Amino acid sequence: MQPAGRGPVVDVALPDRRVGVQTAVDRARVLQKLKLNDAGFRYLTRGAAIAVLVILSGIIFSLIWGSSLALSKFGFGFLVTEAWNPVTEQFGAISPIYGTIVTSIIAMLIAVPVGLFIAVFLTELCPMWLRRPVGIAIELLAGIPSIIYGIWGLFVFAPFLQQYIQPFLIAVFGPIPGLSTIFAGPPYGIGMLTAGLILAIMVLPFITSISRDVFEAVPPVLKEAAYGLGCTTWEVVRYVVLPYTRVGVIGGMMLGLGRALGETMAVTFVIGNAHRISASILAPGTTISATIANEFTEAVEEIYTSSLIALGLILFVITFIVLAAARLMLARLNRRVGA
Amino acid sequence: MALTTSPLYAARRRKNAITMGLAFLATAFGLLWLVLILANLLWEGFSGLSLAVFTQMTPPPGSDGGLLNPILGSLVMTTLAVLIGTPLGVLAGTYMAEYGRYDRVTMVVRFVNDILLSAPSIVIGLFIYEIMVAQVGHFSAWAGALALAVIVVPVVVRTTEDMLVLVPDTLREAAASIGLPRVLMITNVAYRAARAGMLTGVLLAVARISGETAPLLFTALNNQFWSLNMNAPMASLPAVIFQFALSPYKEWQKLAWTGALIITLAVLTLSIVARLIASKSKSQ
Repeated sequence: MQPAGRGPVVDVALPDRRVGVQTAVDRARVLQKLKLNDAGFRYLTRGAAIAVLVILSGIIFSLIWGSSLALSKFGFGFLVTEAWNPVTEQFGAISPIYGTIVTSIIAMLIAVPVGLFIAVFLTELCPMWLRRPVGIAIELLAGIPSIIYGIWGLFVFAPFLQQYIQPFLIAVFGPIPGLSTIFAGPPYGIGMLTAGLILAIMVLPFITSISRDVFEAVPPVLKEAAYGLGCTTWEVVRYVVLPYTRVGVIGGMMLGLGRALGETMAVTFVIGNAHRISASILAPGTTISATIANEFTEAVEEIYTSSLIALGLILFVITFIVLAAARLMLARLNRRVGA
Repeated sequence: MALTTSPLYAARRRKNAITMGLAFLATAFGLLWLVLILANLLWEGFSGLSLAVFTQMTPPPGSDGGLLNPILGSLVMTTLAVLIGTPLGVLAGTYMAEYGRYDRVTMVVRFVNDILLSAPSIVIGLFIYEIMVAQVGHFSAWAGALALAVIVVPVVVRTTEDMLVLVPDTLREAAASIGLPRVLMITNVAYRAARAGMLTGVLLAVARISGETAPLLFTALNNQFWSLNMNAPMASLPAVIFQFALSPYKEWQKLAWTGALIITLAVLTLSIVARLIASKSKSQ
């Protein structure tokens, strides 16, 4: 097709009438073609947009379909049983769910305060020339594939924890009632604490970069007014910036939480893949994603595969809720900033 | 003067000094991990790097070898995933920015796309396993590429939409005023203006999938040997790293580190190039 605007320009008002008619007919044909192309492209793009919806619903339906066998056999008990025995074909999801939640809590307890403080540093303290390099470095941390964190955690971080940190924790908290059960047992190196710490390093950049973005969205005049009253930097952050950006910061945290819940490879390397619930966070455990990654290719019986897919469904439902809440909160903030 | 020496004033200053010190420490703490991980990776990775890594196949346990077949597998599946995912993502992003910017459909797609963007990648692997591997009855490189494509789509949709929205409406109006139909306005004006940003999105998507392991584990599986058969299992760098790192063999562990170094360098290069393109187009 000859694109409009290219080629020689001929007008209908030509001296020779026959040529003029021919040109007008040609032009009408071209315009008709363009109209069709235009409509075609519109439907093509609309179809692509709807394909995105189809992918998500495909994921949901395939997970429900794949897990129907396990869910119909075990019913609600699947959610609350600890047993995980491929030989007797008894499966329960509670210990992977527990592991997923505990490791994510550890990660958030560390990553949220650290991430917020880094964002404060980047927006309030950091000299201008250093902001970009530090910001980029933190974002590079987010770009490193999770398997790299996994291999580093397995060969470097876990032995380090085993040798130095865990014996220290056991010695310090051992005599304290209550805390002694949380930090009980031999220092394995791998385990839920290690997985939680690796997750903390992984979600830190997400929380940092979103917090920084929302902190930067605070109108300078608000901060200047507070400084003008004689507030310290901390007081400005605490009483002006944080209240103004609260929704966005919580949204960013939830986004990080969504990452932590679904993270697979980094956790699989260091969690120890043990299907039991231990009060001690030093003990090996498992998470939903680590269980699937470790066992899916070994699962031959249909009920085993189906149980693993049911775990996937549970993970998807949990992360869907968390991520949806995060997006809604961030969207709410954006509207306010835009207004 | 009395004010500045009052205990209240001193307490506020102290509190400020402590919290700002914490902010400083937190930043140092965050950067420390980046330095530690990269240092370890460079150290272990480069000590195993040699020509053999790029010319030999993955070895059986206990002997030396290279990573040629997983490198090739990763390249093949990543390329295919980008070829499948990019057009779909660009078209969807185009609809959202150009045709239906204020549509209900667009709002829903934007929300769903953001969910897909952060959905656990292992779930995407399960999805492709269910609709493809389980139906055909065997693992295949096609399934692996498709799983990666599902990860590419939301990244490209997001950047395409964001970049097209940034194109000034005056450009569109100028195109419309000379009688260009919308399709040509989009392809000849809007795409051209947003080109750099859209390219950035594709590069970021490549960076994202080149390290993805979870969706490949039960779609493309792994392959000890040289294979270009798209209907058979295919090796990939992340899957080989996963297998080799967890093995008890020293040679395999060394190769795993080297593979990790290759992936990290590739990913970091891609994201830095993407950033450069983005900042260059912004300054224009």
